[in-house]
Formats: sequence, structure tokens, C-alpha cells
Amino acid sequence: MDSALIPEGAKRCSFPKFAIGIVIVGAVLLWGVFAMGLIWWKGLNQTNMNDYYGFALWIWADLAVIAVGGGAFFTGLLRYIFNIDELKNIINFAVIIGFICYSSALLILAIDIGQPLRGWFIFWHANVHSMLTEVAFCLSAYFAVLTIEFIPNILENRQANKVPFFRHLAHNMHGIMAVFAATGAFLSFFHQGSLGGVAGVLFGRPFAYREGLLIWPWTFFLFTWSAAAFGPCFTLLITKITETITGKKLVKDNVVNLLAKISGWMITIYIIAKIIDTIYWATVTAPSLGFNISHFYTNNGFYGYWILITEILVCGLVPGIILIMKSTRENPTLRLIAFILGVIGICLNRWVMVLQVMAVPVMSFDTWALYFPSWQEIATTILPVAYGIILISVTYRYLPVFPQEAELNAVEPAAETE
Amino acid sequence: MKQENNKEHKFGMVIDLDKCTGCGSCMVSCMSENNVPFKEDESNKKDSITWMRVYKLTNGKSFPDTETAYLPRPCMHCAGKGGHGHSPCVSVCPATATEYGHDTGIVSQIYTRCFGCRYCMGACPYHARYFNWWDPKWPEGMENYLSPNVSPRMRGVVEKCSFCYHRYQAARDKAYHEGRNDIEENEFQTACTTACPAGAIVFGDLNNPAHKVHQIVKPDPHPDKWNRHVVGKSRNPKVFRLLERLGTNPKIYYLSEREWIRRKGDNYLDGEWDKIKNHHGSSSHG
Amino acid sequence: MFPFNFEWAWDVGHAIFFGGFWYAISIMGAGMAYCILKAALDTMNDN
Repeated sequence: MDSALIPEGAKRCSFPKFAIGIVIVGAVLLWGVFAMGLIWWKGLNQTNMNDYYGFALWIWADLAVIAVGGGAFFTGLLRYIFNIDELKNIINFAVIIGFICYSSALLILAIDIGQPLRGWFIFWHANVHSMLTEVAFCLSAYFAVLTIEFIPNILENRQANKVPFFRHLAHNMHGIMAVFAATGAFLSFFHQGSLGGVAGVLFGRPFAYREGLLIWPWTFFLFTWSAAAFGPCFTLLITKITETITGKKLVKDNVVNLLAKISGWMITIYIIAKIIDTIYWATVTAPSLGFNISHFYTNNGFYGYWILITEILVCGLVPGIILIMKSTRENPTLRLIAFILGVIGICLNRWVMVLQVMAVPVMSFDTWALYFPSWQEIATTILPVAYGIILISVTYRYLPVFPQEAELNAVEPAAETE
Repeated sequence: MKQENNKEHKFGMVIDLDKCTGCGSCMVSCMSENNVPFKEDESNKKDSITWMRVYKLTNGKSFPDTETAYLPRPCMHCAGKGGHGHSPCVSVCPATATEYGHDTGIVSQIYTRCFGCRYCMGACPYHARYFNWWDPKWPEGMENYLSPNVSPRMRGVVEKCSFCYHRYQAARDKAYHEGRNDIEENEFQTACTTACPAGAIVFGDLNNPAHKVHQIVKPDPHPDKWNRHVVGKSRNPKVFRLLERLGTNPKIYYLSEREWIRRKGDNYLDGEWDKIKNHHGSSSHG
Repeated sequence: MFPFNFEWAWDVGHAIFFGGFWYAISIMGAGMAYCILKAALDTMNDN
């Protein structure tokens, strides 16, 4: 039915099967859209946020998708600026995942603000000293970069490519992609960092507050580095999931292992920095403000020391070590475990830097505040996941996303007879 | 003559916690003066708006040694680290919707520019900022009681104590019409100050030695020698500020004869309080 | 965002922040303009 759109030589499931899948995921998407409509119509009273939890599930989701979407800028940087040629086999997919992550982040931000029609004030009335302003500008601009990086892949669709202008446009864009990738890396450095800065500058919140370099708290650099480190884990995890669902090998192991190795070293270096940061914060910064580390991790059932150990050791150091050691990295099961742990770890870090910041009491007579999201918040957070699945399904079906797919899945020639 | 006052004010408050009975008059007068909306059911304090909120403090001891005190908490109108006007909330607002008035020391909120990101709320350790989760609604007929001098706020924006800024504007206008350059101490008093039956709240210009608030607080003109971020620390050993060590530099001071109350003003590591409790202020450490 | 905005100030903060922003936007804009124009020329040369 849609065979004219499917890349040449690629095998795809039948259109009805594809359509049924899209309809099922589409139903979840519609649930999210309904919740989104409710929130826009009735306001943020549809959430379980309150004056203690001004930032909650959505801001975590924002930070998390942007962190895991960091695979796009970092892979682009490696491919186009450091000229690591093998990565051309995964860069398209990294860009698509990044595009999904960043468009989701922008959508969530649009839901999260109390006066959505005034969203443009953040640009128009910009306070250049606010980390959130930096986030908004760089995030929007980087989303434009991702769109630019995505366009050539769209134009390579079998039918679109027949149009000479599109063919030339895609070719020319590929030609100067390094310029866009460099701009993307520049913007990513600042918006990933400023997302870390969002928490780090809060000198009224000793749990979040960090000293730093000039105007940038240490969390600025930790967030940038961690997005670059863990982003590829997410790219590779989604690649693995896509391979499992399609039942095909889409990227060669040497490419996966190369990116995994780089990610592993980045994670390990990050974790060392994070441990140093944590020790300094726990022994110098927080005590200078009158707080023992135990103040932040006890007296409630949820935010215990376990969260610190899980984030740094189990989901940081462990995946880092698995990915830097050749023997463990090249073991598909261990490698997959490392990707999963890494993604959990980075998401947990963002959770802590948003939710726990809000939960910890600062005034001596204040109390811990715990929160559970409303169904509207959950639905609108699942919405981007459904949207992502649909976009990946559509792009995989109709665009030549994986350059190695044809080679890896060539129809076996019939055995020759003597 | 320019309407703007040439002299730089620093409006602030000192609240005598030994006089406060926790009656809540300050809260009521504040809500009434500033058209603060309320909910039908106000039992969930985490999403109801109380520009002025009275906290209950206890000394944590069991009967018969139990002692209770009440601590009214308006917006602290923080001057930020070093007192340069970079208060925790002002510095983070992405849309310049909250500003520090260098001529008054008042942290203002521009409701029509706030787009409701709530970053300022996350930045404020005092929970002095409130979000309008609902459209403001008053029971029928009650609209007639709304103050015409204060704009009601719409759903989806943040609001907070303004130190009754409209009263300052009115006082300034009056002085201008009367050909005076500046306002008198009693011409600008906040609603909570005037409503307190115990006279626990004293409001005025911390920069003006003739004002009572200045005389009680005796603000130190020099930065704290132990913590350079802290300025305007009280030289009265019975006066403290909330979370002074963080360097937020609030302009709300509290007064109490009772040591356990003063200790509640900040966080201390084991043994720290005993070292500094007899020094003035509480931001010193180490 | 623009010099005619109320909040604009000719200070170092604005120069660095918006300098970086407009620089990035200009590169993207110029890059896309180049690609589109060249693609149009290439298409015409095909014919």
C-alpha cells in the first residue's frame, strides 16, 4: 500500500500491521493530548503541584529528556568535528532521538507554565542573568539546529529524493553539516549547562546550591558533561530496542562498541567529578550554611542515602566501568545492562536536582514536602513517549535512517549448486 | 520637583516574637488589604495563598517545659548576597517579572508580566511566594469589598507580599502634593503592622536612624566579618533574621528574649550555636 | 531580546548573552540560505 515510500531494498512489515501499532500507541498519545487540553483549559490546578512543589514531574521530565537527548549533539560533535567516520552509521538516529527529546521538552514547557499565552515573554522580556532564560534561548535555538540536521534525512525519502531541488538541498546540507553541528555543540554546552545552573544557583536552597567558576556553579559543568556522557547510552539503548522490535540488526557492533566506549570514558570521568563535587558539597558548602549531609537524606521515607548510592555508584560508576572494559563492553548483555543503568542514573540525577531540592526543608521549623503527580501530569509526561514511538516508527519505515541496514540484512542468496 | 524621592530607602520590619500571640490579625488584614483570593476549602496550606503566614514554633520539650511561639512570615524582601539587590527570586526570574527596588528595598512582582514558570518559588527558602492555581473567586457581593488600590491577580501567576506598596505610592503622592520631598515614618505603614493588636510589628526605613525599626535593629553598616555575603546584620543581640547564613539578607528582623526562638532562626551544626549565641546576629560561624 | 525592548541594557551581560545568541542564529540562517540558494542554482543547472 505504501511501498512506494519505503526505502529501496528495505523490508518493512505490512501496512495494516504498522497501522495497528500506530493506532495503539496513538490512543496513548490521545490520552496525553486530552490531559494537555484539560491543563490548558482549566489551569495548573489539574496537577498535584503546590507552593512547595512549584517544580515537579514536568521539570524533571524536561531535564531528563534533554539529558538523554544529549546523544544528538555529542554524536554530532564526534562525527562532524572530530571526524569519527564510523558514527555516520548512527548519527541519523541520534538526531531523530534528539529531535524527539527536544520537541518533547518544548511541549512540556508549554504545558508547565501558568500563562501559556505569555510564553514568549521569556524571550521578549529576557532577564539575561537567569539560568532559565539561557535554557529557553539555547534550547529553542538548538531545536532549530536539530530540525536542520533532520531535514536531509527526510529529503532522502524515496519519493522526496526524486524532486531535484530536494535532492540538491539534502546534498548541500550534508556538505556543510559540520557548521550546524558545531553550532549545535555550542548551544548544547550552554543549555545543558544552564539546566544544571538552574538548581546550582539557588543560594537559598543549600541542597542544590554549589559554588563554581565565575557565574557558573559546578552543576553547570556537571550537567553538560553528564548529558554528553549518558546521551549516547540512551541513543544506543533505543537503537537496541528498535533492533529488537524490528527483528533486524541495524547498526554494526563495531559502531555500537565505539560509541559505547566513548560514553563509558565520559561517564567514568563524570562520576569522578561528581564524587568530588558531592564530597566538597557535603563537607564544605552545606556545613558552611549550617547543614549536615544527614539533614538532606534522613527523616523521611523516600529521600534516603539509597538515592545517592544508586545514582552515583550503581547507575554511574558501574555502567562506566562496564563500558570502558573491552571484555564487558563487547558482551551484549552486560553492554545493554550498562545502557539501562546509565539511563536510569542520569534520570535519577535530574530527579534529585529537581524534586529533592523542593522536598528538603530549609527553615529549621519547616517540614519535608512529598508529592505524587496527578494523572494529568502522568498522562502528559507519557505523551512524549508515545509521540517518540510514533515518530521513530514512521521515520524508520519511510526514511533511510540506518545506512548499514541493507548490508546487514541482505537477502541471503540461494545456495549455489555444483 | 521630581516625584521620586532622592533619598534611598530600605524599608524593613522587626517583629517582636515575645509580643506576638499568634492571633492571625496580620494575616487577615493582609488578605483583605491586598485582595488575596482564597479557596472554599483552605485546609491544604500548601496551595492556599497567605502573603503573611504565621508559623507555630515549639521548643520541642515535653510538658511542663513546653513553650510555644508564633512567627509571622511575610516576604523577606531579600537584598541578596552582599545586599546588591540580587535576591534569590529576582535573580532567577527569566522574564524580569520581579524586581528589586533599589530606592525602596522592596521586591516587587509584576503580575502581568509573570508567565507562571514558578522558578522564583523554587528559589525562595521562605516559601513566601504563592502561585495562583485557580482563578480568583469571591463570594457574591464580596467584590464590593475589594481594595481599588490593588489589582487582583489572574490564574497562573505568582504573587507575594508587596510591603503594601500601594500605601507607599499613596504616601509619596500625598507628600508630593504637599510639596514635601519625603514621607514621614507614620505615613507608610503596612496593613499587618497597623492591624497587630499587640504592636509586635514595627515597620519603617532601616536607613533612617530616626525610625523605630532602625533603632531596634541597629543594622550593621559593614558586612559581616565572618561571612562577607551578609550585610545589614543587627547589632542588637536579641534580634535575628531567618536563614541569615545563606546570604539572602532579608529585611524582616525578629526580636526575642528567648534563646530557643533565636536558635530556630537558622541552621547550626552541633556545637555551633553555643559558640556564637552571645554574639550579635547568627550568621557567624567557624 | 532586542535593543528596543524595555529590559535591554547596553551592558556586558546583554552583549555576551545576546551576542552569542544572535551569532548562533546568524550562522544557522546563513547556512540554510546558502544551502537553499545553492540547491536552487544546482536545480536550474540540471535543466
